[in-house]
Amino acid sequence: MLITVINVISAVFIIVGLFFIVVGTIGLLRLPDFYSRMHATGKCDTLGVGLTIIGLIIYNGFNFISVKLLFLVVFIFVANPVATHAIARAAYKVGLQPWRRQ
Amino acid sequence: MKFTKFLALFILLFSFWLLLSTKFEGWFHLFFGLLSTALVTLFTYDMVFVSEDRGNNIKKLFRFALYLPWILYQIILANVDVAKRVLDPKMPIDPRMITFRSVLKTDLSKTTLANSITLTPGTVTIDIDEDTFLIHAIAKESADDLLEGTMERKVAHVFMEDE
Amino acid sequence: MEDLFLLAGLLLILTSFLSLYRAIHGPGIFNRIIAVNVIGTKTILLLVLIGFIYGRPHFLDIALVYALLNFIMTIAATKY
Repeated sequence: MLITVINVISAVFIIVGLFFIVVGTIGLLRLPDFYSRMHATGKCDTLGVGLTIIGLIIYNGFNFISVKLLFLVVFIFVANPVATHAIARAAYKVGLQPWRRQ
Repeated sequence: MKFTKFLALFILLFSFWLLLSTKFEGWFHLFFGLLSTALVTLFTYDMVFVSEDRGNNIKKLFRFALYLPWILYQIILANVDVAKRVLDPKMPIDPRMITFRSVLKTDLSKTTLANSITLTPGTVTIDIDEDTFLIHAIAKESADDLLEGTMERKVAHVFMEDE
Repeated sequence: MEDLFLLAGLLLILTSFLSLYRAIHGPGIFNRIIAVNVIGTKTILLLVLIGFIYGRPHFLDIALVYALLNFIMTIAATKY
């Protein structure tokens, strides 16, 4: 009984995470310019991967594997915005102009 | 002073190494762990722990723990917002650049604010020049939300720079 | 539960191929960098899922190293 509840909770986390990853990819393909694609990838990928790994932690229970997964989540949550910011800054320095609605 | 710093970093890194290796027996294995930890500590101990006022650090950590649930809620809001904009056939976006000056002083608080801005609804930090932030906002409403300055006040409160 | 992991892996591979369109076709160098970064993030998750499907936790170490490499690769690529 308890195992089923845990499995359902972790499945919900994984499915929501996958939904955000798919939305991020659609955003990467659909949005009109570089800076707005940055919004889709920087946010949706971070939360999608984070939610999926949290689902795996819940599925796995508490042991050393979960601690490693937790480190992975914290690292992704710190590193992904920094990487996004670095790419945006490089593009701005080169002089890429943002797209405006006419 | 130098030695305490060295020892603290050594113990921290070695426990991290033990966590990652998850194998506690075998002297040969442990010896190489100790050796690599000592080398890394020797090269880097004067780069970390540079903060001065150590009395307030525990209080700051506590305030940061209180800040985390709010920022997680904001991240979820941000994702729902982006998902709505991407999946809408008309794509209701109106991108614009904005700048604002911040009152924050230390590098750590500025980094925290920049990362928080990137993760919250409709805004991405592009450049920080001394105390001027350059932000790309995906729509007018999200730019107005940021310029209200709720997040900046919260970060200033966490790092005790709001006096 | 294993079926869900397998489905998740397939979905990740599919979205990686969709992102590859942006990496090959996308105008300018920055669209390519961002697409490669996204594919790297998906690969981290795929490695973790492979570790869970085959019951081999050593894949987690590979995922951790891949996360570090992906971050450093992006920072290095944006320096030029």
